[in-house]
Formats: sequence, C-alpha cells, structure tokens
Amino acid sequence: MTTADHKTETMHPVGKSVQRLDVLEKVTGAAQYTDDVPFGNSLLYGRVKRSPVAHGIIKRIDYSKAKALPGVKVIVTGDDFPNLVGLYLKDKLIFARDRVRFVGEAIAAVAATSEEIAEKAIDLIEVDIDPLPAVFDAEFGATKDAPLIHPDLANYECPNFIFPVPGTNIANHFKIRKGNAEEAFKKCTSIVEKKFRIPHVQHVPIEPHIAVAQVEPDGDVTVWAASQSPFSQRSSFAKALGVSESKIRVIAGYVGGGFGCKAGVTMENVAVALASKAGGRPVKVRLTREEEFFTNFVRQGLIINLKIGCDAEGNLLAMENTQYWDGGASTEYGVNITRAGGYNSSGPFDIPNITTNALCVYTNHPIGGAYRGFGMSELHAGIIQCMDILAEKIGMDKVAFLKRNAIQGGDFNVTGMKMHPVGLQECIDTVAKELNFGKKEPTSAPNKKRGKGIGIVWKAPSMPPNAGSSAEVRLNEDGSVTVSVGGQEIGQGTFTVMAQIAAEALGVAYEMVKIEGPVDTRYSPYEWQTVASRLTWSMGNAVRRAAEDARKNILEMVGEAWGENPSNLDIKGGYVVSLKSEESISLKNIVVYGIPRPGDQGWIGGPVLGRGTFMPSYVTNLDKETGQGARAVVHYTTGCQGIDLEIDTETGKIEVIKAVSVFDVGKAINPDLVKAQIEGGFIQGMSSAIFEEMKLVDGVMKNPSFVDYRIATTADLPKENIALFVETAQDDGPWGARGIGEHPMTPTIGVLANAIYDAIGVRVSNPPLSAEKIYLAMLEAGKIS
Amino acid sequence: MGFHQISVRVNGNDEIITVASNLTLLRMLRETLSLTGTKNGCAAGECGACTVLLNGEPVNSCMVLAVEVDGQEVITIEGLAKDGQLDIVQKTIIEKGAVQCGFCTPGMLISARALLNRNPHPTEEQVVEALVGNLCRCTGYSRIIESVQAAAERS
Repeated sequence: MTTADHKTETMHPVGKSVQRLDVLEKVTGAAQYTDDVPFGNSLLYGRVKRSPVAHGIIKRIDYSKAKALPGVKVIVTGDDFPNLVGLYLKDKLIFARDRVRFVGEAIAAVAATSEEIAEKAIDLIEVDIDPLPAVFDAEFGATKDAPLIHPDLANYECPNFIFPVPGTNIANHFKIRKGNAEEAFKKCTSIVEKKFRIPHVQHVPIEPHIAVAQVEPDGDVTVWAASQSPFSQRSSFAKALGVSESKIRVIAGYVGGGFGCKAGVTMENVAVALASKAGGRPVKVRLTREEEFFTNFVRQGLIINLKIGCDAEGNLLAMENTQYWDGGASTEYGVNITRAGGYNSSGPFDIPNITTNALCVYTNHPIGGAYRGFGMSELHAGIIQCMDILAEKIGMDKVAFLKRNAIQGGDFNVTGMKMHPVGLQECIDTVAKELNFGKKEPTSAPNKKRGKGIGIVWKAPSMPPNAGSSAEVRLNEDGSVTVSVGGQEIGQGTFTVMAQIAAEALGVAYEMVKIEGPVDTRYSPYEWQTVASRLTWSMGNAVRRAAEDARKNILEMVGEAWGENPSNLDIKGGYVVSLKSEESISLKNIVVYGIPRPGDQGWIGGPVLGRGTFMPSYVTNLDKETGQGARAVVHYTTGCQGIDLEIDTETGKIEVIKAVSVFDVGKAINPDLVKAQIEGGFIQGMSSAIFEEMKLVDGVMKNPSFVDYRIATTADLPKENIALFVETAQDDGPWGARGIGEHPMTPTIGVLANAIYDAIGVRVSNPPLSAEKIYLAMLEAGKIS
Repeated sequence: MGFHQISVRVNGNDEIITVASNLTLLRMLRETLSLTGTKNGCAAGECGACTVLLNGEPVNSCMVLAVEVDGQEVITIEGLAKDGQLDIVQKTIIEKGAVQCGFCTPGMLISARALLNRNPHPTEEQVVEALVGNLCRCTGYSRIIESVQAAAERS
C-alpha cells in the first residue's frame, strides 16, 4: 500500500515538513503497541492488591485463600523484594512491607491464567492496616509538627545533587541565593506578593500503562513495556532483582502517549516481580483506566509563595520564591522536579536578586512524576500572573514590561549561568502582533466579556549532567539506510526527525532512511531516556555524527578506488560524485560489497557502518547553599503565548477565541512537526488549566474516570490555535536545533488567568479555571448579581 | 460461564468462532481474531479508542458482547482500506499531519468513516459532534477535524 501516487524523493530534508515515517502503520492499525504483542496461551495475567489506606502500618497479609484459588500461579509480596528502588533517591519498594504511604500503593500481586481469576484472587487477599496520622498538605508536611512519612530518610541512597533533610518530610531542599533579595526589595517601588495552589493532575495517555515480563531459559529477564525509558528501566529492574544490567532486556514498541508518565519505572516492576517466580511463563500487567488515574505517577501539586518587586521604570529587582512540592509517598521524579523548580525559579526574566527555597515534601498522596515540562506549568502559573499584576501596578504596558525584563543572551541568569542567544523578544513581538495585543475586541453577545492575556516561559532539559545518546547508521545493498537509536517514538515524531538528520548528513533522500524498531536494549544503542525535550538535540547530534562517520567511510573507500582525496568527493542523491572529474558512482552495492581494485587486484572498502555518540560535557554542579554554578543546564528553550477569550457572565464558561504560541526552537528540523507539538501542547495545557484536577480527599481520588475527570474533546477547541516559531541557533544543536516537545503547555495556566482578569476584572488564580470558580468569583466581586 | 458458537462477518471474512458469554467484542477482535488495531483505552465506553463499525454504525466495542454480534457485520481499522487503497479519510489524516502517538487514530478513523457514510458532506459542527466521543491527548484535534472535512470535499 502506498500513500502517494508517485514515489517522492526528498533531498536535503532538514528544514522540510516531510511526512511522518510511522504514519502508514498508524492509520492502518498495523503499528504494534505493547498490548498487541502476541504471547500465546502460556500468558499469565497480573493484578495488584492495593492499599485502601493513605498512611498506616501493615499488621497482617494473608493470601492463603487467594493461593488456593484454581488458576492462581504466583503471589508476590514485599518480603520477596526487599531492595529499595528509585530513579534518584532510592526510597521505595516494589511492594509495601511494613508501612503503606498512599491509597493505591501496591501491597501484593497475583498472576493467574485469566484476568478474571487474578481479579478474584486479589479480593481474597486479606490485609490488616493500622492507620497512622497522614500528611495531605505539602506546606504543613514541611513543618516539624507533621508526622514523619520516611523515618529512614537518612539511610537512603541519594545522588550528590539531591539534598534531603533527615528527620523531616523534606526529600530535597534546593536553594538559590543570588544577590541580596532582602536589601533589593527596599529599593522597589512596587511589590507583588501572592500565594498560588496548583492541584494534582494526571497525564492521561489514551494507552494505559502496560508491561509483560518473562524469564528466559538462561535466567535473563525480557520485558515488553510501553516505555519512554527502556535503558533506565533495565537498570532499575536489575537493581530490584539484584542482578546486572545485561541480565535484563527491555523491548519497547510504539508508545500510545507518554507525556512523562511512562518515563522511569511505575508499574513495570510488578510484571518483572511476578515473572521472576512464574517458571518461564510471560506475565502481563495492564493498568485499568481507574488505576491509571489513582495509582500512576501524578503531576504533583504545588503551593508557591511569590514576592516580586520592580522599580518605577519597570526593572525587576528582586524575587522571593518559596515552593512546596507535593512529592507524594516517595519520589521517583519529585526530587528532580523540585530541583528544576529551583534552577528555573526566575522564569525567563533577568532578576539580579533572588532567594528561592524549593522543597520536595513527602505526603500521603500518589507519587509525583514527570509531566510534560515538569514543574514548569506549575511554576510559570504563578510567575506569569505576578508579572501581569506588577505591570498593571506600575501602569506599564504589559508587552513592554515583558520585553524590558525578558532574559537575553549574555545575561547571567538565576544560577549564574551566562545565557546563550535567545529569540524571546521576537517571540513576544510575534504574539503581540498576531493577537493585536492591547486592543479590546468586541464581544459576541451582551452577556459576554472579552479579554486577552500574555506570558513568557523558559525551560531547560531537566536531567543529570551526563545524559548520553548514541546511534548507528548502516547502509544496505540498495543504498538505503538503517538507523538504530534507543530513543522512543512516543508520538512526537522523533523517528521522522532522526531519519531527516541521517539523510541530510549522509547525502541521500529522506525516503531512503528507515529507523530500526522497536527499541530493544539488547540491540539498540544506549539512550538515557525519551524525556526533557532532549532527543532532537541530543540524539539528533548522535545520529548526525553516526551519519557523518558512515559518509567518511564511504568517501575514503571511493577516494582510494579513484585515487582522489576524499575531500574532493561528495555524496549527492545517493551517488558519490567527484567535484574534480564529475565522475559518479551509486552507493548501491559498494556500501556492502566494496569496490574492486583495477585488474582484479583485490577489493576496497566493505560494509559501511557509522557510529555516533553525544553527551554534554560542560554541565557543572551547583553550590548546595547558593544554587550558583558555571553552567547548570545545557540550554533553555523560551517562548511566549497569548490568548484572546470570552467569558459568559451567566455561566462563567470560558471560550478561547484565539491562542497564539511562539517558541524559539533554534532550528525546525521539521516545521510541521514543530507546529503539531505546539498546537497539541496548547490544547493539553488548556485542558489541564480549565478542566482538570485530581479530587483528592484524605488521599482518596474521587474522580478516577473519564466521566469525572474530563479532558478536552473536539467540542472544547478555540476557533484559532496558532503555532509559530523563531530560530535562534543553539551552538551545539544539530543545525542549531533545540527541544520543543514539552514547552507549549507550560504557559497556559498563567496566560488564561491573565486573560480572564482582563475580561472580567477579577483574578481567578488557581486552576482548574472552571466555569463555577469564575462565576463565583464574579459574584463575590459584585461583577454580577 | 457458558460458551457459544457465533458466526460473524469481520472485514468481509466470515468467521465461525466459540466465545465465552462474558467476552466483549473488543477482546474477541483483539484476542480471538488477532485484530489488534482496535485499541483498549478504558474498557468502559468512555474514550472511543475501541470504536468499530457494527452493521455500519460506530460502537464502542468494549461495551458490546461478542454473542451480540452473532450474524452481524463488523468493520475494524484493518478493514478500512480496500483493494490495497487507503480510505480517503486515511489519506487525508496523513496529509494533514493529524497523527501523533496513534493510539486514538483507529477509533477516530472509524468514527470519521461512520459519519461520512451517513452524511457525506458534514458541517464543521457535525464533524466535531461525531468525534466528541473519541479522546485524543496529543494532537489538539483540529488537524483531525480538518482531515474529515478534506475527505468530505474530495469524495
């Protein structure tokens, strides 16, 4: 089956909106996701026994009745897996042992011959738990009065950039001490002080979490998982089982939506645990939609106290920023989200004096995970609103205020890092122009109020300093190219972008390149994780280098055969050409069989294989007390968003009329894919800002279904959702590219809140910015009666 | 639990199969017939990822029992292309770049096909309404809506 009537050949594909590589598979139902892999009749089905109590001591677990149920093959509990695991701070068990810390925590698991039997067996497991006092508020949790959730915090293994405070619930305390904020506030003519509460939300991929695990005859374990992090998972499984990485193999097919929740390890450990005792039978664990909502990692709640001041001309002088992150029962990503909240705490603003305390606080809520631009939607929700308030307070045009204070290349930012060139001014100008910012538009009906909001964001990839990438490029007999990578196609289009990069660097048509899949840790080259908007930049560099390596091998082979210097040769359209003699030879066959020497005197060359790796070498640690250092991160992607909306004063309902998002992507390798990320990211941001909240009452999620936890549908779209980009090259990105996957949703809470204020003259600050909340705010302010 | 023999036409093929009383159409398609293009997103009739055509009408296959389709006709995503040619809405969804992770795509395409079958020239509002039960977390929907409109214009 072909998608085009004629075969297209796209030369020099970088910068062109070529068609996605994976699209034909995806529109025909052929694309294989983890749940689609066949395992035959030996497959066992796993289910999890979960804690109904938010905090308590386990007194008794009795699974004798479950064990007696016909069809039950394996039951595992915490006693079988005593090793602590965790991506950064090793603070959790696969199954709770003495203590449970959130509603939904795994206590035991069953593998049985059918899902129905496994479900029945779970009900037959008896667990007695003595409840303990619990913590449901991060700000309270950080105080001395709060009950301790992890009394053993002092003994947990922890990397050197995470700072737990033993004897408290603080899993990480990240500090910024830049300049002297206290003194600088005395010089401010205007100061805004405001507290924001950002609720827990869920990622809601349409594909629920799923993993299948099987012990091979040699004792190795194979795991099939919907995963953004096959290599990190391999490492984590190995630690949980007490074996080395080479004993574990992770195979990860297409991922049906990730957004961060399929990064690290969530429920996949359960499949591995069950399989380790299943005598070689594969065990599948798939979360129900209800489990997906209340047991999966969450976007953790945030309580943030902001104090920001400026002088009479509108120059920002000082910021005080205190963040209480609701890390949950243990901290897979939470400690690092807190770190990101700290080293991004200024937002994209040049502020000379900053005091930040970012605290990751253990609570008895679900575990905080990485959600698309982690920490940044929450942090910017507050900053974007405070800047709006401050501009109004000093009577300055909002766009001019942003432009005056936006971070620029050469500025020394919040961590003391010298900023690389950024196109933020152009982003702001473009949004202001597209939205006609400052001009009040007419309303569509007398009962409606119209308003506009604007805000700017930044975000750096939040990752360890040495997150690495690698790639291999192989040439085939027909001159086609196979690229192997360990990064994952989770919908963002990375396979397409990698094929474009390989084709451009080699000198062949885009259509000649295939990406090897699925990612398989046994065969694929190492990739840290598919997170942090880092692949286009990091894996892109590795692929480019691998393709250049292959190109070098080819040119050396032909140069030797022709007696020419390789520097006088080029690859164009699948042919090696001499710039001197204009002689040419097809890549076909020579890239596998080599070239015969004249007169049957042997052969030159042979199979062409290019290798490339990339790892940033320049990221330095930050001082524990000041958060200052030479270079905290690899780079920042910046951008601006504006919204024009209408509010129905009779219902409080928001109707977004137009959204404009402009980001500085360095270089758009595939402009249409960039726009698709921005469009989709805006709707996800809008959905989470207006509709979404995990209703947690005493640790119990009250709305764990699509009916009660509503996400945006086709009926909720703005009339216009405009996605644009500017290109200020990143010095070490492929063709100047930097990431864009996460950023588009990060400004939306704050920008919506600003637009609501502009429309109705009342500030509704804390999401969800629901019709009910807006209506009641108007009522209370006397705007309606 | 009882078992039943049913005959059902799936994507033009007549199948005679034995199904348990509680087996859903979704599981029958995926597990018994290995037609895994139809996706399981919630198993509660709320996300639309498992949408198939039952006698030409779109249904959430997780909410239909296999025994109910005895003697009926089912079309899944695997049956949308004919004679090696993609359905027009498969072509336009590719052209518009309206696919990302792809997990909602099969159900979305089936709902779109059902709409175009009963209303070859829908208004934008009718497209929005026809797809409102198909959740997508990646694309922001607008390209999907444009794909259906483009397909209508071309057919």
